[in-house]
Parts: sequence; C-alpha cells; structure tokens
Amino acid sequence: MANHSLALRHQFEDVAQQKDASTLGMWIFLATEILFFGGMFCCYTVYRSSYPHAFGIASNHLEVLWGAVSTVVLICSSYFMACSVNSAATGYRKALVGFLVLTILLAVAFLVIEMSEWYLLYKEGLMPGVNFTYKGIDPGHVQLFFCMYFAMTGLHASHVTIGIVILIILAFRAYADVFTPAYYTPVEISGLYWHFVDLVWIFLFPLYYLIARHLQG
Amino acid sequence: MITATVEARDNYLTHEYGVKSWLLTKDHKRIALLYLASITFFFFLGGIFATIIRLELLTPPGDLVSSQTYNKLFSLHGIIMVFLFLIPSIPATLGNFLVPMMLGCKDLAFPKLNLLSWYIFVVGGLFVLYAMLIGGVDTGWTFYVPLSTSYANTYVILTAVGVFITGFSSILTGLNFIVTVHRMRAPGLTWFRLPLFIWSTYATSVIQVLGTPVIAVTLLLVALERGFHLGIFDPALGGDPVLFQHLFWFYSHPAVYIMVLPAMGVVSELVSTYSRKKVFGYKFVAFASVAIAILGFLVWGHHMFVAGQSVYASMVFSMLSYLVAVPSAIKVFNWTATLYKGSISYDTPMLYAFGFIGLFTMRGLTGTFLASLGFDVHVTDTYFVVAHFHYIMVGGTMMAYLGGLHYWWPKISGRMYPEGWAKLSALVVFLGFNLTFFPQFIMGYLGMPRRYHAYPEEFQVYHVLSTAGASVLAVGYLIPAMYFIWSLRYGPIAPDNPWRATGLEWQTSSPPPPDNFEITPVVTHEAYDYSVVEEMTVG
Amino acid sequence: MAEHIVTKKQYAYVFVILLVLTLGTTVAGNMDLGPFNVVVALVIAVIKASLVVLFFMHVYWSTKLTRLVAVSGIAWLGLLLWLTLTDMISRGWLGVPGK
Repeated sequence: MANHSLALRHQFEDVAQQKDASTLGMWIFLATEILFFGGMFCCYTVYRSSYPHAFGIASNHLEVLWGAVSTVVLICSSYFMACSVNSAATGYRKALVGFLVLTILLAVAFLVIEMSEWYLLYKEGLMPGVNFTYKGIDPGHVQLFFCMYFAMTGLHASHVTIGIVILIILAFRAYADVFTPAYYTPVEISGLYWHFVDLVWIFLFPLYYLIARHLQG
Repeated sequence: MITATVEARDNYLTHEYGVKSWLLTKDHKRIALLYLASITFFFFLGGIFATIIRLELLTPPGDLVSSQTYNKLFSLHGIIMVFLFLIPSIPATLGNFLVPMMLGCKDLAFPKLNLLSWYIFVVGGLFVLYAMLIGGVDTGWTFYVPLSTSYANTYVILTAVGVFITGFSSILTGLNFIVTVHRMRAPGLTWFRLPLFIWSTYATSVIQVLGTPVIAVTLLLVALERGFHLGIFDPALGGDPVLFQHLFWFYSHPAVYIMVLPAMGVVSELVSTYSRKKVFGYKFVAFASVAIAILGFLVWGHHMFVAGQSVYASMVFSMLSYLVAVPSAIKVFNWTATLYKGSISYDTPMLYAFGFIGLFTMRGLTGTFLASLGFDVHVTDTYFVVAHFHYIMVGGTMMAYLGGLHYWWPKISGRMYPEGWAKLSALVVFLGFNLTFFPQFIMGYLGMPRRYHAYPEEFQVYHVLSTAGASVLAVGYLIPAMYFIWSLRYGPIAPDNPWRATGLEWQTSSPPPPDNFEITPVVTHEAYDYSVVEEMTVG
Repeated sequence: MAEHIVTKKQYAYVFVILLVLTLGTTVAGNMDLGPFNVVVALVIAVIKASLVVLFFMHVYWSTKLTRLVAVSGIAWLGLLLWLTLTDMISRGWLGVPGK
C-alpha cells in the first residue's frame, strides 16, 4: 500500500518491526514517567505518614465534588481515546477525528476545572508562596500538604497540556488521512501517553481529596 | 594494500558535506561525533576548574580564591564532569557509534530522537554554562537542601534546570539503546552472542531510564521551592532535608554505575581482543552487568550514613552495598582469567585496560571500606571519599574511555593514531593519576576534609604531591587531544580490522559506509570466536 | 499483540466499571473506616489503574517485554518508597537522639 511503505523508516526491515519498536519505546518512556511522578509520590507518602492529622484537615479544604468530576472527565477522555485507536485500526477516519476531538474537549474541561479549583484555593488564602494565610491547627504541616498538592497537580496539568497539543496535532494528521489500518502507530502511542495521564490522576484523586473526609473539620 | 581505493569508497564522513549535513544528520555515527566534540569541550572546561582547585590547594591558607569562589569551583567541576562529561561519555560517543554496528543494523531504532537527544544535551549544557558565566552555583554538585533552596544566593535554579534538561538527553539515549537491542539485532545474533559491550550498554541504559527521572523531579522540586516557595523540603513546615537526599541519591548512586558499566564493557572488548581469547565466563560477565544495574539501585543510603538517616536503614544499606561489590569482583576475576594463557599484545588500548583493572580494583576495595558503617563515619566528607570516587571516574571510566577511543579510532576515522605517542600518554596518565589521587586517600584518612580550601599545615605535603600529579595528568590528556586531531589528516590509513578483532563492527570498512554494512550480516558464530577472524584475514 | 483490535464495546464495559469504582471510592472516602480508609482508597485506585493498563493500554494482549517494562517502572517506584520509608519509619527506634 502506498501509504504504509512511505511511512516505513529505513532503519527498519518492515512495518511490524517499526510498530513494535515504537510501542516499546513509548512504554519505556512511560516507565520513566512513573518514576518522575513517583518521586513526588514518595514525598507525599513520607509526609502523609508523618503528619496524618494535618493532612486530613488540609484535605477537607478541597472540594470532593470537583475532584470526582475531574476524575470522571478524565476517565471519559480515556474512553474516547481508546475508541479513537479502535477507529484508526478499523479505518474509520471521521470517527477517528471525532473521538480525538472529544478527547481534546474533555481534556480542556479538566484543565478548566483544575484552574478553577486552584483559583478557589487562592481565594481562601491556601496557596503557598503566594498568599498562604491559614491560621488553624498545624499550619506548617497543612502548608506542606498544599505545597505537595500544587506541585503534583501542577506537574499533572502540564502533562495534560502537552497531551492536548499532541492530540491536536494528531487530529489534524488524522483529518489529512495520514492514518490507515496498516499504519496508525502514532494514534496508538499517543493513546498510551494519554491513558498514563489518566492513571496518575486515578491516584491523585483519592490521595489528595479523600483523606479523612469524615472529619469535615 | 588498498590505499588507492579507500579514498574513493563512500563512507559516512564523505557521504555529505556541509554544516547542515552534520547539524541535521540522523546518522548515529555522526551524532556520536557531535557528542564527542561537545563532551570534550566540557571535559576541558571541568578540567580548568580542577586546575584552579589544585592550585589553590597547594598552600594551606585559602589565598588564591575566596571561600565562596572555591565553593563555586568545586560545584561547577562536579556538575560539569558528572552531568556534562561522564554520564554521556561512553554511551553517547562510543555507544552511539557502535551499538547499531555491533548489532548489525543500519541505525538506532529512533534516529531523529537520537539527534534530538544531542540538541537537548547542548541546551542543558548551555544553561549550565550561562549560569556559570553570570556567577555560578556554590551548593556542590549535590544541591543539598536547605542550602540550595533557602540560603544559597547563587544561580541554583538556572543550573538545576540545565541539569534537568540534560537528564532527558540521558533518558532518551537509554530508551533508544534498549529498543534497538531488543528489536533490531541482525539475523542469528541471539542475546548470548552479543558483544559484552552491548550487555554493559544495555544495563547502563536501564539505569538511565529508571534512575534519571527521579533526579529530574527532585531538581524540579528544588527549583519549585526556591522559585515558587513551595516549601517541600523546608524544615519550618515539617519538610525533611534528608528526604531530598534520599531522592537525590536514588539516582546519583546508580549514576556512578552509568559511568562505570560502559567502561567495563569497553574493557571486556579490549581484554578479549588483546589476549586473542574469548572472555572467560561470558555469561557471568553478562549477568554481572545486569546485576550491577539492579543492585546499584538498592544501596543509595550509604551516602547518608551521617546525614540523619536511621541506624537501621543505614545497616540495611551497608549490607546491600557489600552485595553490589560481588558482580564487579566477578568481572575483575573473569578479565584476569581471560588474560591467563592469552596471547597478549601491549597496544595502547590494552595499556589503558590494564590501568583500568588495577585502579578499578583499588576503588572496589576502598568502596568496601566505605560501606562499613564504622569506617565511613570516620572518613565521610574527607579526601578519602574524594580519592575513592576519582579512582572510579578518572582511574576507571576515563581510562576505559581513552582505551576505547584508541581502539575504535581506526573504525571511526579511518586513520591510525601514532602508537609511540599513544603509549607514552597512557603511561603519563597512569603515573599522573596515581600521583594525584593516592595521596588523597592518605590525607583523607588522616582527616583532611573535602570542600575546604584552607587546611592545617600537616596536609600540605599530600596536597603538593596531588597537584604535581594533576599537572602530569593534564599533560597526559592534552597529548591525545592533539594527536587524535593530527591523525585525522596525517595518520596512516587504517585497514578494516587493524586489531584482527571479532565483532560485526570490524567486518565493515574503516570508516563505515552510511548504512554501516553493504549487506545485512547474518551471525552464525559465538561472540569472540577468533577462528572466524583467522579465516577472514588469511590471504 | 498489536494486531489484536479491541472493540468499542469492550472499552465501554471497562469504562462503566471505572465510573462505578470512582463513585465507590468517593462514597467510601466519606465514610469513617478508621485506618482502612486509605487501604480501601488505594485498593480501588489500583483496580482502576489495572483496568486502564490492561484494557485501555492493551497490556492484556501485549508482549512479555511490554509487561516487563510496565512492571519494572512500578517495581522501581516501589523500591524508592520501600527503602526511603525504611529510614523514615525506623527513626527514633534506637532511643538515641538523631538516630
């Protein structure tokens, strides 16, 4: 097929080897991302185990509803991303573009919710380095919680943003009929990246929003 | 023999001309040379800092430079030498050049990513250079908090960002190598027929991929704390500076294996070729590489015995540190056994290999001393530690790097280096090295602290010896820099396989064609099978 | 491996389970389960993550090497956490200040 032989890079023997290599490459990159976020998860674990009470109080300042909605938004985006991979594999160009656009829209929605939450925290005087004015019990440890919160959600949001850029480029390429059932590797590996971004949030949500909720203090 | 036709054969150097053909190349061989040029620049820059340090330390009072300047000097020396020279050194130059050739394929799995890795490296390096030029950083290459986050008034963020960026270059190179080794080996090239250099490079790549992200995020946290006041390590908020050290050393200990594993891979190749024998216990050496990569991740706490880490954790780390010595020792035994009854030639690369084995053993032994809690408490943060790690980095990696450069130089450039001068420099390097760093073991044990520029009179004699050695060592490094360049134009034309070595890289021309091989090789022999080479070179 | 095409319907099943689990973890988070709050939260998170990895990311049908890479990433994070926590938890066990 004209399309796929054009896409075969000269260092590979055949398209299957190229796809295999690209997929493996993306997985290795995701392993590095696990450790990249992992460093922050390590800090979180150490501090939460040291200051469980303060972390519980701090967590109650976050809006569970928004956290849960964000989680649902990302899971939907992951579902649509998976559907776009399926569309690419089965050769439905319009569906592919459609699902990619849906994924992008949901991703943007996630960021909007995220930024609104940040703004709300800023209004409450809970943004370390900017206007942290919490006066309750354990202000130091509560501030530590928020330092970790902003660092981790910030890092996650930057990955979402990069993902949006990648997906937009992908959508344009899909629209230009670059992908066929014989060659849709970029869609698949972008999908892997996007699912990873979802995965990180799957852990961030309970770890930050659901600590000692019953306290409602 | 074939002088006339060599000039006419298309090779990767003559295939295309012009700056664009180099800066936009996707050829792993050209990218290797781009790295070679950049890291050599950084090496000499780091060397300049070392020179000033050693000049300052000639006399007991801190009279050449101020304390803060001295702090900046050793910090920049460390940062440049570790992140901008040693970590990329063998993998990005020799590795980039040789991995596809040793595997019998045309290029790495992701050539454009490879070029991107180099650009990322250069950008990271430029950040560090810029930070250096506008005032530098004085936290030590270790960026310990809370100095780096709260108290330093030097360019910490800029330098940290530079190192962060360079880390991605390391990760992408490792990623590229792993995929290439898994998916692009020539037909017949099974895992246990691979050259040991590939095993070492593969193990190194695994470390690069799994370890580097952690230091990246750690430096990011330092930058966030310093720039945005997200006080993650701030003790006033309940933050733990020792947590920083855990995260930092989780990478930085395996980083030393990134620096030494490829060197060991080079030595395996050299020892085999210059004894004309296959490496003794091939599988043991191969598995030892992997074992070092894995075990290397379990020992980082031995850098923190006096930092405030709990005694129990320290004991665990101490025991694990002894464990990691075992695979390294296995390699030394196997190299020695390879030499036994081998037909040894004393070409320059072999001299460097001998140097490596001897000096590496010294580092290994002093490593076990440092792994012992009681002894470490006495010598930590003294020149004993400084000597120990320089024995690995300079006595180990540097020697193997030079040995490898000499060994593969005919293949890379198509020219031979001048053997007489090369042997002389190898000797000068060995002597200069030992004169520089052996006295440091002694003075460290006697109590000379590291990172001090003023010291009591009793240590002066050791410092003078050390500085004298450093000047000899500098000469030993300058001579090869000169004759390698000289050889590009005036060196004798090299044959395809000047050492009559095994390995696919020697079955193609020197220098190789752009796609490495005229026809994809099919491998039917075990690694280091010298009977094959004998067949090929007869007649 | 990569040739296996997963249908939208299969993805939809996983999607629905993920939504249910999200609801579950939110509800459980609002209950007082004492020390089990964090256990329940983590268990549910791990199940959700496994579903995403296995089915959305195709690891269920992938090569052993892909699985090894995914597991290694997690295992290495585990290493970082384990040995760091070994230090944090055992501080003060000796009863000597600073140890």
